[in-house]
Amino acid sequence: MPKQVPNLRARNFNEVALGYTAEQAQAEANRCIQCPKHSCIDGCPVEIDIPGFIKAIRDDDMPEAVRIMKDKNSLPGICGRVCPQETQCEAACSLAKKGAPIAIGRLERYVADWERANVKSAGSPIVQPAPTSKRVAVVGSGPASLTAAADLAKLGHSVTIFEALHVAGGVLMYGIPEFRLPKDIVQAEVGYVVSLGIELELDTVVGKTVTVDELLSNGYQAVFLGPGAGAPMFLNIPGENLNGIYSANEFLTRVNLMKAYRFSEYDTPVKVGKRVAVIGGGNVAMDSARCALRLGADEVYIIYRRSEVEMPARREEVENAMEEGIQFKLLTNPKSCIGDESGQVKALELYEMELGEPDDSGRRRPIPKPGTEYIFDIDVVVVALGTRPNPIIPSTTKDLETTRWGTILTDEVTGKTSKLGVWCGGDMATGAATVISAMGAGKRAATNIDEYLEA
Amino acid sequence: MPDIHLFKVAAPNVAKKAQAGQFVVIRIDERGERIPLTIADWDREEGSITIVFMEVGTTTRRLALLETGDFIADFIGPLGLPTHIEKFGTVICVAGGFAVATIMPIARAMRIEGNRVISIMGARNKSLIFWEDKLRGVSDQLIVTTDDGSHARQGLVTEPLKELLETGEKIDRVIAIGPSIMMKFCAKTTQPFGVKTIVSLNPIMVDGTGMCGCCRVSVGGVTKFACVDGPDFDGHQVDWDLLFARQRIYLDEEKRSFEQWQSQYGTRS
Ligand SMILES: Cc1cc2nc3c(=O)[nH]c(=O)nc-3n(C[C@H](O)[C@H](O)[C@H](O)COP(=O)(O)OP(=O)(O)OC[C@H]3O[C@@H](n4cnc5c(N)ncnc54)[C@H](O)[C@@H]3O)c2cc1C
Ligand code: FES
Repeated sequence: MPKQVPNLRARNFNEVALGYTAEQAQAEANRCIQCPKHSCIDGCPVEIDIPGFIKAIRDDDMPEAVRIMKDKNSLPGICGRVCPQETQCEAACSLAKKGAPIAIGRLERYVADWERANVKSAGSPIVQPAPTSKRVAVVGSGPASLTAAADLAKLGHSVTIFEALHVAGGVLMYGIPEFRLPKDIVQAEVGYVVSLGIELELDTVVGKTVTVDELLSNGYQAVFLGPGAGAPMFLNIPGENLNGIYSANEFLTRVNLMKAYRFSEYDTPVKVGKRVAVIGGGNVAMDSARCALRLGADEVYIIYRRSEVEMPARREEVENAMEEGIQFKLLTNPKSCIGDESGQVKALELYEMELGEPDDSGRRRPIPKPGTEYIFDIDVVVVALGTRPNPIIPSTTKDLETTRWGTILTDEVTGKTSKLGVWCGGDMATGAATVISAMGAGKRAATNIDEYLEA
Repeated sequence: MPDIHLFKVAAPNVAKKAQAGQFVVIRIDERGERIPLTIADWDREEGSITIVFMEVGTTTRRLALLETGDFIADFIGPLGLPTHIEKFGTVICVAGGFAVATIMPIARAMRIEGNRVISIMGARNKSLIFWEDKLRGVSDQLIVTTDDGSHARQGLVTEPLKELLETGEKIDRVIAIGPSIMMKFCAKTTQPFGVKTIVSLNPIMVDGTGMCGCCRVSVGGVTKFACVDGPDFDGHQVDWDLLFARQRIYLDEEKRSFEQWQSQYGTRS
């Protein structure tokens, strides 16, 4: 798939990947052997009829490709861009064993982009379901909530989404940057979901503005919780509260949601460092590093305590980051942050690590190498160590059990929580995971909520 | 009053829930920043929230230009934990500057709970005094100070505070709200007397719901998020220097943003 060239894209926020042309999409679709096994569908958490939509592309029947896609997936433009297809549908593809699997993600993106460019209304024609007079409250508007809301609305239930922030989309809006997932695409797909007849209440913090118990006693028969795992983790090392040290959530929120990369046109500022260090090795770290570079930093470093093979980020994103000039300091960990007299960070004290025996996660455990400490000048630090669940909802809801990680205790198959009438899905149930797994959870919960409401 | 404004905002959902000590996060429009403002009062029946703010940066200056009937794009709350209200005995409520509006509902709640409430309010000069009668109405005793002596007693709020503590009368709790420097000195004043002193911290915030960590403060050597763990904290445990430093992160950017806005929209006629 064509991309913007690295030295150009490293300085702009436009999308990196440019998408297939019609000819490229045709050619890729023609490689599909339409095998009877359909193992790709089993690899998809929302069970899209993959061979079906590929066949429609091949037959040049794009409206049919869109219909097949949207039957199972309300957010194809998003999934086509950010899903880890290489470990899901594409890993299951029959051709994967023989060589290159079908680029299902890219075709998915192609279908979604075709629809946005060629179909005038926000969504495809909507068949109005018979209203059931049942009301469901959906908390949050990330992929789990959007999927649950869309599926429930398609079944005729009347759905209201309550979102804490001033826009809908969750991590898709505030976390994943514009150059990987353009915000007008997210808003177009949110618009499609809302067009199914859903009410969207923004600026509503459930647990503060209204509680889950109040929703249940004020006319909602069921509540779906999809508030994500939005609370940032820090290193807990000395100096971590110095100015210029951000959680990835704060840094990315300022840049993506509040548009600090267009500061002065927009009011929200962000520190643009000359030498930026991002701590962590996941997707969030890659996104933060690449944002820092695009803001205008001279040098951006990823500091990760294990080696390249253990990095949890998608391979493709690591490669993109490397191409753009992000520097990787592997087997390295920060010990403390050093500030100047005004309280601004000016350096990190780093030390080297080596890999020992595998730990619980199966990855080799990093062990500090004594006596390897050194000072590394830096003026902005982004801590991308992951997130944990925000306690606002569990702490304000009666009889809602949590696990020792702070996630809401949830049945994986049905999405049921310990509280009658309340379901949960997405990062709040599993801890930080993926867009598509959150969508799968939203889908399963919607099915179970529907059974409950119709019983 | 120069630079200080009180607005009544129609926000029925927030009004239904607001309690003393909580705050809202607002965003004026699409391009605006999200900033926290304390809740000064509420009317559950009318569905309104009263906010108070001083013109300090771009957002508050732009806010000040709004007129009756205008809209604020986003108004989110009530956020933060409410001030802990209990029957302590005698409570001193100290307000510096426009925080008189923040302290009023706290003094009122403390009094309703059965405390004897002594309030102290201070301002730079007479023109900055407001809600004096309102605060008097919810206090058993009110002491007013101005820095320049243009109204009531001359001096800083810490002076009557210290005198009250020195009388030896049993003071069970002090709540001090105002500029950070004033809260720091109130906490310093009460510390030798061992009277628990609650302050309301106002670091820079973004979401106000515990999602970003921008608002982190250090209390008793432990990092806390002021928006969800506070804004009220034990003033004797707060790392004030850290708070001061973090409040200054964007001074340069603020200045640039304000100049830009001013050159675009001019000053008030
Ligand atoms: C920077 C970054 C990059 C990522 N990259 C990828 C990627 O490339 N591919 C991938 O598959 N996954 C990626 N992920 C992970 C993925 O985004 C998440 O797993 C997914 O978004 C989780 O979805 P969710 O619906 O559970 O919650 P979220 O997307 O977190 O949405 C939760 C929503 O609920 C709202 N909310 C929270 N509390 C409340 C409340 N009390 N009341 C009302 N609303 C509330 C939040 O404001 C938010 O809008 C990335 C994550 C980040 C942070
Ligand atoms: S303001 Fe974001 S966590 Fe407090």
